[in-house]
Parts: sequence; C-alpha cells; structure tokens
Amino acid sequence: MGQITLKGVRKAFGDVEVIPPLDLHINEGEFVVFVGPSGCGKSTLLRLIAGLEDVSGGEIEIDGQPSTDLPPARRGLAMVFQSYALYPHMSVKKNIAFPLKMAKADQATIDRKVENAARILNLTDYLDRRPGQLSGGQRQRVAIGRAIVREPAAFLFDEPLSNLDAALRVNMRLEISELHQKLKTTMIYVTHDQVEAMTMADKIVVLQAGRIEQVGSPLELYRSPRNRFVAGFIGSPKMNFIGGEEAAKHGADTIGIRPEHIAISTSEGAWKGTVGVSEHLGSDTFLHVETDHGVINVRGDGEVSLHAGDAVFLTPDLNQLHKFDAEGLAI
Amino acid sequence: MSTQASRAAARLMISPSVILLLLWMAVPLGMTLWFSFQRYNLLMPGQGGFTGWDNYYYFLTDPAFFTALKNTLVLVGGVLLITVVGGILLALLLDQQIFGQGIVRVLVIAPFFVMPTVSALVWKNMFFNPVNGIFAHIAQAIGLPPFDFLAQAPMLSITLIVAWQWLPFATLILLTALQSLDSEQLEAAEMDGAGAFSRFFYIMLPHLARAATVVILIQTIFLLSTFAEILVTTNGGPGNASTTLTYLVYVQSLLQFDVGGGAAGGIIAVILANIVAIFLMRMIGKNLEA
Repeated sequence: MGQITLKGVRKAFGDVEVIPPLDLHINEGEFVVFVGPSGCGKSTLLRLIAGLEDVSGGEIEIDGQPSTDLPPARRGLAMVFQSYALYPHMSVKKNIAFPLKMAKADQATIDRKVENAARILNLTDYLDRRPGQLSGGQRQRVAIGRAIVREPAAFLFDEPLSNLDAALRVNMRLEISELHQKLKTTMIYVTHDQVEAMTMADKIVVLQAGRIEQVGSPLELYRSPRNRFVAGFIGSPKMNFIGGEEAAKHGADTIGIRPEHIAISTSEGAWKGTVGVSEHLGSDTFLHVETDHGVINVRGDGEVSLHAGDAVFLTPDLNQLHKFDAEGLAI
Repeated sequence: MSTQASRAAARLMISPSVILLLLWMAVPLGMTLWFSFQRYNLLMPGQGGFTGWDNYYYFLTDPAFFTALKNTLVLVGGVLLITVVGGILLALLLDQQIFGQGIVRVLVIAPFFVMPTVSALVWKNMFFNPVNGIFAHIAQAIGLPPFDFLAQAPMLSITLIVAWQWLPFATLILLTALQSLDSEQLEAAEMDGAGAFSRFFYIMLPHLARAATVVILIQTIFLLSTFAEILVTTNGGPGNASTTLTYLVYVQSLLQFDVGGGAAGGIIAVILANIVAIFLMRMIGKNLEA
C-alpha cells in the first residue's frame, strides 16, 4: 500500500504551463519531501496527486491502480492543509470522525478509531472542544487525526508547519517524523523550508519552475548536488559561488563551496578578505567576509572572535569543492 | 480612555446625543402610552378624558384583531422562509464562475432599490392584474382561466411582493458569507469523502448559520412594519383578509379617527413585537455568540 507513480504528468492553467511533463516514483512507506522556492509548483503537484486539480496530461497510478480520473475521495489519500481546514462548528471528536461518517462507518467503529487516533496524538482531553478553543499545535494534530482515521494509502502534507511559531515547528517536525515511524505509511510533504526537508525526508524532490531538479536522499543532495540550483537551495547558510578566474583555475565555469567547508585563519590562506557582519549563535559563528571574489559566507565554531573590519584569510577545503559548467550542471 | 478624567470627559461629550436619542424615543412612546388611556376620537371632539383599559379592551376584542395577528405572522414567516431558502440557493448560484457575473449580481440586487409603493404597483398592475397582468396572459395562453391573485389569495400575493423585495438583501448577505468560507475546508471535506450534498449540509450550511441569523433578525424588524405594499394593493381586503397588525392600527387611528384606540393598538403591537424578538433571540441568537 502506498506506491505512487507519476508518468508524464503535466499541468497548465490556460496557456501557462506550471508543470511540464514529469515522472516520479514514490515507494511504499517513504517520506518524500517536495521542496522548492515559492511558486515552483510543489503545492500544485501535491494537489494533482490528491485529485483536487485535474492533470492536463499524463497518468497517476496509486498502488498500481490508474487513478488519474478518480475523484479525490476514492484515491485513498488523506491530506493535511496549510490552514488545517478544520470544521469550526464541529467538536474535535466530530472533526476526526467526519471522514468515517462520510464513509458510513457504524458508530462503534467510529468511536474506536477516533479514540485510537486521539490517543496517538495526545488529544484525548480535548475531544469535546471546538477548533477555535485549541492552540495552533493542537489544531495541527486534529488535522492529522482526521487524516489518520481514514487509514490512507498515503498522507499528503501541504506546508503544515508554516503557521506555527519557530519552537512549535521544531516540535511538530519531530512529532510528524515519529508518526511516520509508527505508522510506516507513505507520506508526501510539501515545504519551502529546506531545513524541514533535510531533517524529515527519506527522499527529497527539489523542484524549480515545475521541473524536478534532483531527487535523492538528503545527504546525497547535500554532498553531490546535480546543478547550481540544488547546490544553492540545499544547505544553510547557502553555498558560496565564485566565478571568473578563480573558477577557471579549477577548470570550471563556477565553483561552489559551502560555508562550513572553509577554514578561517588570521595569518594565511588562499583568499584574503575583511569581515563584514558576524553573527554569533553560540555554537556557531557566521561570518560575511568581503573578498576579491565577492562576499563569502563562512561558518566557524563558536569560539571564533572576529569582528567587523578584521582582516582574515580563507582556505576552501578542496575535497568539498563543487564545480559547475556554463549551464550550471555539476562537473 | 484610561484615566478617570478622560472617562468623565467622554461621558460628558456623548451625553447630548444620548439625551437627544432618549427624548426622541421616550417622548413619542410616552405620548402613545398617554393617548392609549385617553378617550380621544377626532369625530367626537369634547368627549375626552381618561378611560382606563377600554381602548385596549376594544382593540383586543375587535373581530379583526386575531385575523390581523395571524396575517402578520403569515407575512413575516412566509417572507422569511422564501428569502432565506431562496437567498441561500441564489447565493450558491451566484458564487459560481459565470459569464457576466458582475451584471448578473447587479440585476439580482436591483429589486432592493425599488421603493415599496412602486414595486407593489408594478406587481399589482403588471403581474397580478387578471386582465392585463402577465400571469393572466400566461394562464390564457395555456387555456386556463386567469387567476385574480389579489382577490383570491391576498396574503400569498403580498407575501410574494415583499419576498421579492427582500430576496436581494438575503442573497447579498448570504453570498458574502459563502464567499468567506475557506475553500480549503471544502477541499478537505471533498478529500474526506463528502459529496456535494454532504458538503452543503455539513460545511456550507453551518457556515451560513450566522449570516442567516442576521438576515432573519433584521428582516423581522422591518417585516413587522410592512404597510405600503398592503395599502397600495389590497387595502387590507378583501374584508380583512390581508389586514396585518400595522394596517389595523392605521385603520383604527386614521380611517376611524380613533386616536386612543390606534395608540392602544400601537402599544399592543410593540409588546407583541418584543415577544417575537425574545423568542427569536432565544432560538437563534446563540448563533451570534463566539
């Protein structure tokens, strides 16, 4: 249960093609994250899989069944929306029970499943409240509960954490990951936040302008990005790109080096520069260093005590150097 | 508005308008109350004086009173039913993406801008008239005898006219409420396996409850005082078949020149309206909370 295959799926709104034909296979039990900048078509792709939008071409198969023309309810998928989309006039219990009621399950089954979902999500004490009386995290859990009771082939999450504050986001991230380990159901998760993608995914799909740029495990994408876009998108702070002569020295059009792969020294090194802004996070220090090759971000440990105006020397770790050709593809 | 001085100043500043409003309401009400206990008939000058509850007694035992009460409830209830149900259906229709949406919406709103006397006249002469009316023409075209609406079904006819006027109001308010429904909720319900009817009954209708409450409350206030439509079309007749409480008060005080009796009727109407209001608030007022 839970294999999804897209064959040549494309989507156009009028004359505008937002998703050119793409192929993708999602294995059973995988946690797949669609990540990309806003407007890259990742939510549209999710809605195509959910059936909330009609495809303009291509086929969708869910568990080997052709599902391209099936209505959303019959695809066996459950979705958690960005706004949670809870029904405000129903209690938590009724919200969670709604899909079962629509499937005409008998009352005993409904009660049992709702109770079970509430226990998994720590919602037992809140069953009689209305969504308006819950906090953001609790609402999120109700939305997940409503998805769980359907025992779907796959869960679809559409930027579920973007309405939560930073601390809660980290918490819910963990809870969703734990849920995935517990249920072992396929999950497709859409986000623009590469940190969420890196921490949660088994497989990341990086999208840009509707195209799949690269598919792979988080570390694969981090270690060997296929092109400049993926290299710049995955990893935080962003990879530094240097062109011109310095790149030509390494036989590339552009070279990329991650901030954590640059050594800092006050006495000697490959590139000389001046510290601009320095951000001290305690565990790490991020330095923005102005060099002859432009501003380069460097990540040092928490002990680095450099300040604006100090002269530094930077040395890139040549083993970690990424080289790109004129088209932006990795060499 | 935190310090004591500013609060006192605020009270002082709003007091003129509060006093004016109070006088505005209290003086006419007091005078009506006063007249209702007076023997005051314009046809019998000089026979004034306090009469106790006589005016109330005569108004309540007037043979037309219970008919008028019933007619008032039929009118208000009928119009509310038509406008709320029709308003929801029209709102659903207007919420769809259609060609010429803007023009259609303006057309739907149009009846609300027609003044009651005019619309009643239009209905009376161009639609309901058994000789020239369009309904009579339609009936004749299919070989039926024309139906004299205002003579044979006066309450139904007046209810139709008033409902036609208020339908745009209900439609507008319900349409805006419908448009404020989060589309993700509908999509979530769709994913949850709810069909079109389930989505309407479980998601849209509860969402519209609050707007419908507002429509019902506001309309009730205005419908209880419906007058022009009756005066222009049936004059309360035939007999007293379309006399409402409002119209009965008019008959008492301006056709029978009995100011005292009319005042008593007015007070009774106020009391009845308040009873209706209390029941309404009890029944549907809880929708307005939270």
